[in-house]
Amino acid sequence: MVKKKSILKLYIAGQTINSIKAIHNLEKIFSGELKEMYELKIINVLENPQLAEDERIMATPTLSRELPLPIKRIIGDLSDKEKVLIGLDIVEVGNKWL
Amino acid sequence: MVIKNNKITEVKNHETLVKKIVVGIEGFDVISEGGLPEGRTTLVSGTSGSGKTLFALEYLWHGIQEHNENGVFVTFEETPNDIVKNVKSLGWYLDDFEKQKKFAFVDASPSPDEKYIAGNYDFGALIARIKYAIEKVNAKRVAVDSISALFSQYGDTGVIRSELFKIGAALKEIGVTTMMTSERIEEYGEIARFGVEEFVSDNVIVIRNVLDEEKRRRTIEILKFRGTQHQKGEYPFTITSDGIKVLPLSGLELIMKSSTKRITTGNKELDHMCGGGFFRDSIILVSGPTGTGKTLITTLFVEAGCKMGEKCLLFAYEESKEQLIRNGLSWGVDLNKWVKKGLLKIVCRYPEAMGPEDHLLFIKKQIGEFEPTRMAIDSLSAMERVLTLRSFREFVISLASYTKLKEIAGLFTSTTKTLLGGESITEAHISTLTDSIIILRYVEMHGEMRRGITMIKMRGSWHEKEIREYVIDAKGMHIMDVFRGVENIMSGAARSVSAYEEEELKKLVK
Repeated sequence: MVKKKSILKLYIAGQTINSIKAIHNLEKIFSGELKEMYELKIINVLENPQLAEDERIMATPTLSRELPLPIKRIIGDLSDKEKVLIGLDIVEVGNKWL
Repeated sequence: MVIKNNKITEVKNHETLVKKIVVGIEGFDVISEGGLPEGRTTLVSGTSGSGKTLFALEYLWHGIQEHNENGVFVTFEETPNDIVKNVKSLGWYLDDFEKQKKFAFVDASPSPDEKYIAGNYDFGALIARIKYAIEKVNAKRVAVDSISALFSQYGDTGVIRSELFKIGAALKEIGVTTMMTSERIEEYGEIARFGVEEFVSDNVIVIRNVLDEEKRRRTIEILKFRGTQHQKGEYPFTITSDGIKVLPLSGLELIMKSSTKRITTGNKELDHMCGGGFFRDSIILVSGPTGTGKTLITTLFVEAGCKMGEKCLLFAYEESKEQLIRNGLSWGVDLNKWVKKGLLKIVCRYPEAMGPEDHLLFIKKQIGEFEPTRMAIDSLSAMERVLTLRSFREFVISLASYTKLKEIAGLFTSTTKTLLGGESITEAHISTLTDSIIILRYVEMHGEMRRGITMIKMRGSWHEKEIREYVIDAKGMHIMDVFRGVENIMSGAARSVSAYEEEELKKLVK
């Protein structure tokens, strides 16, 4: 079963290999039928360090699901699609997209 | 190097190639010979509860408070709120410093949010936050506590290691002086838990909290300072209500002065025996079995001081103040009079009441407040009873160096274990530190216990070598003639030299 729309934030530290990969992987994961399922905002912590401080972001890239609550965080370049979807609680285990 | 009150206040540039910044922790700047190497990272490693976090916080606090150097604290374990609350008991108001933009936290404590790891990552955000915080308060000092927590939060040793290098490099580039703490499992084993922490810094300090014969003993050791000097070995430290105090031993001995001024012992004959009295800044040890008059000599010593208008401080570890005053009266000495005049202060404490470092600090504090020119401890052996051999030795060394530094005449008593002859651990350990040693002994002669006194050491002066007999009565101590016709008194087994032998000896001399 597909759940309701997620508001996502992706924290990156400039244009590193990991951040480029993360953006790319995220687009891939949310392509097709899942496309309508999210809203994404990308935050560069080098430009907005206070934001990273407030949100206590340590590792980059960090994908944060702001809504629906509770907040969920996924660290890394998002190359593990299954973990991303389960971590974001967007699909349940055994879903056809996995 | 300028040392004032156990703190280095100034280090001249030419004295060291690697410039150091004064930390401000009492005694630490002495053992580190000037503080932490500037612009570098120093790792402080210790077991849980050894005082790492306090050490790191105190480093920052002194920087802001005394050196106008602002600080950033990166916490991986405790939350900023907890830290602010915890150090308030030390009188440090970090929240005020935060408001004044002198101090900033980087809160990297574990967050309660769920966390998944999906792919490669780095600590770019953390580095950005640290840089931002440094910029925000214009920090010169940074503390990171503790990097081991990073390993338990993220688990990927390889990534953490390379990221720690990046953090270290970034901090070096900015030019701040960093202290990183890390956790160890054993007191004597690998430097840090994950075996990688020590490679990310040029300097390593180990702090220990060892259980030694049922007593906790805290020590600090500087393991390496790349390219610069430091004192080697473990130094005891204690955590007081004003923070950490390190007790450097050898550091103090370098600046001892030596006085040629004599002061009276309180007994005319004894003055004569030591060639005109004790030296002004000397350490005197009085050793003897119980009941030979050690407390009497102590009493006479402080009374003599008071009579000259000197301030005297007496630490009693075996008797209460009232007992001491009563004892004094039985020898015709009114100690109470001097207490009332404010010239004498009697401090009674059970040796068991606190640890050795705390005793030492307590004594120093009393000396600092009362500013005596004479002090006595009756008896050091009581202290020996409750300390381990090593702590006792350190205690005596530190105490002796401190009284010398302050140019105080210090008289310590020590109780020998056996009635006749014998020696005590106190004697064995501190005899080399003392300037004068007076030995009191029982002498068994003709079915009677008599008492003998002798000076076995008087540094820098002539002294009498004979063993004299003395009696104690209601007027105090009376030193009489040399024991004639007996030998082996000090060993306790006095033996009469017969008249025949004496005659034979006389013939030989002729």
